[in-house]
Amino acid sequence: MSISVGYYPGCSGSGTSVEYDKSTRAVCKKLGIELNEIDDWSCCGSTPAHTVDHTLSAALSARNLVLAAKQGQEEVVTPCPSCLANLRTASRKIEDENYRPKVEALLDEPCDEAASVASTLQLIVERVGMDAIKKAVVKPLKDLNVACYYGCIMNRPPELMQFDDPENPMAMDDIMEACGATVLPFPLKVECCGAAAGMPKKDIVTELSGRLLDVAESLNTEIIVTACPLCQMNLDLRQGQVNRANGTRYDIPVVYFTQLLGLALGLSAEEVGLSKLVVDPTPRLRFAGVL
Amino acid sequence: METIPLNSPDKEFIREVQERSGQNVLSCYQCGNCTAGCPYNFAYDLSVSRVMRLVQLGQREAVLKSHSIWLCATCQSCTTRCPNSIDVAKIMDVLRHMAREAGYATERNVKAFGDAFLESVEKHGRVYELGVTASYIRKTGRFWTDVDLAPAMLPKNKLSIKPHEVRGKEHVSAIFKRFRERDTAKENS
Ligand code: SF4
Ligand code: SF4
Repeated sequence: MSISVGYYPGCSGSGTSVEYDKSTRAVCKKLGIELNEIDDWSCCGSTPAHTVDHTLSAALSARNLVLAAKQGQEEVVTPCPSCLANLRTASRKIEDENYRPKVEALLDEPCDEAASVASTLQLIVERVGMDAIKKAVVKPLKDLNVACYYGCIMNRPPELMQFDDPENPMAMDDIMEACGATVLPFPLKVECCGAAAGMPKKDIVTELSGRLLDVAESLNTEIIVTACPLCQMNLDLRQGQVNRANGTRYDIPVVYFTQLLGLALGLSAEEVGLSKLVVDPTPRLRFAGVL
Repeated sequence: METIPLNSPDKEFIREVQERSGQNVLSCYQCGNCTAGCPYNFAYDLSVSRVMRLVQLGQREAVLKSHSIWLCATCQSCTTRCPNSIDVAKIMDVLRHMAREAGYATERNVKAFGDAFLESVEKHGRVYELGVTASYIRKTGRFWTDVDLAPAMLPKNKLSIKPHEVRGKEHVSAIFKRFRERDTAKENS
C-alpha cells in the first residue's frame, strides 16, 4: 500500500503542539503514508479570521489549497481540527461558483484548482484501516485505561465534516482498541474544552476543562487521548490552572492519539515527542509495560 | 435580566442577518435545543435561543450589544442539534461581524486577542505566539494573565522566540489589504 498526500501542519505544529506534528509524521511514515508538506504554507486564519469575515477566512485558507494543487497534491491532510474546519469551509466556498469570485478577489488569483481536505485521523482510519494497524502493533497498550476526547469540531457540523459520528465518534476509540488499550466510555467526547478562551477568558477554560477532567477522573482514566492541539493544551498545559481555580488535584496525562499509536507501532518515546507533555505520562506507560 | 422592549422591530436587521448568514431565522420555533447543548451558556448574558428569538423580533441593539456573541466558541453544538437545520453557529459569527462593524465590542479582551492574532498572521504569514501575546498585552493593558504557564512552557521550547516567516508573506498581507479596501468600498457604496 502506498499513500501519498499533501500535508498542512498548521501553526501550532511548530509551536505549542510540536509533539503532535512530530508523532504524526513518524506514525504516517511507519504506516506507509507519504506526507508532502505544502511548501510555503501560511496560517489558515484559525478562529479569529472567521469571526471577522467569512471571505477573509476563506481566502487565507484557499491560498494553501491552491498552493497544494500547484504542487501536484490533489489531497491535503491536516492533524488540526480547527485548520481542518477552515480548509474544508474554504474548499466548499471555492466549489460554489457564486462564491468563488469573492475569494479570488481577495486572493488575486484563480481558485479553480484547489486540493480536497481531510484530517490525518480520517486518513488513517479510512485508508490504512484497523486490520493493518492491528498487524503492525508490536507493543500492545494492554493494561492501559484510556478515554478518547475528540473535542467539539473534529466531527461537527456533520454536514461539513462528513466523517464519523457527530455525537459519538469512534475513530480514536477504534485505533486505541486496535492498539490493545482498554477504551473507557467517555460521555463528554465532543464537549468543548473552552477552546481559544484561554488567554482572554480563563475562567471559561477552567470551568469547561475542569468538567472534562472531573469526568475522566471519575472513570479512572489513566490517560486522556486527544486529536486537537487546543484541547490538548487546555487539558494538559492548563491542568495546573484548572486545579488552582477549582481546588482539585488532577494529574492525568493528556497525549495525542498519534503518540500512543506510535509507541504501539514500536516508535520510541523520543520519536513521538513524549517529553514535550506537561503532565508526564511516563510513569503510567512504564507501569503498563509500554515504555 | 434586562427587559427588552419588543415594539418597533428593525426589519432591515432581520433581512441583513438572513442574507449574510444564508439562514432562515424565522424557522426557529424556540425548542431550546441549541441552548441546552451550549457549553458557554453559563457565561452568556443571552442564551443562544434567546439571541435567535431577538433576531426574529428585529432587536438589533439588544443582540449586537450582547456579550454572548463574543463568547461563542463556534463549537457547532447548536448547529449540529437544531431540528430545523439552522446553522446557528454561523448566525452567531455573522452577528459578531455586524457588532464589529457597528463598533461594539462588549468583550474587549476577546476582540483584542483576535485582533492581535490576525495582525501576527498579516505580518508574518503564520502565527507568532510571543508576538500575539505582546500585542495582546499592549491592547488590553493587562499583563500576561498566563504568566504562570511560563515555567511549564519555556523548558519544553513550546514558545518559539522567533517568528515563523513565510516566503510568500507579502501575498498573505495583500489578502488583508484587499479585504480592507473591499470593506471601505462596501461602506461607500
Ligand atoms: S435549536 Fe434551532 S429551532 Fe431550536 S431554539 Fe435553537 S435555533 Fe431555534
Ligand atoms: S457554537 Fe456558540 S452558541 Fe452554539 S453551542 Fe457552541 S458556543 Fe454555544
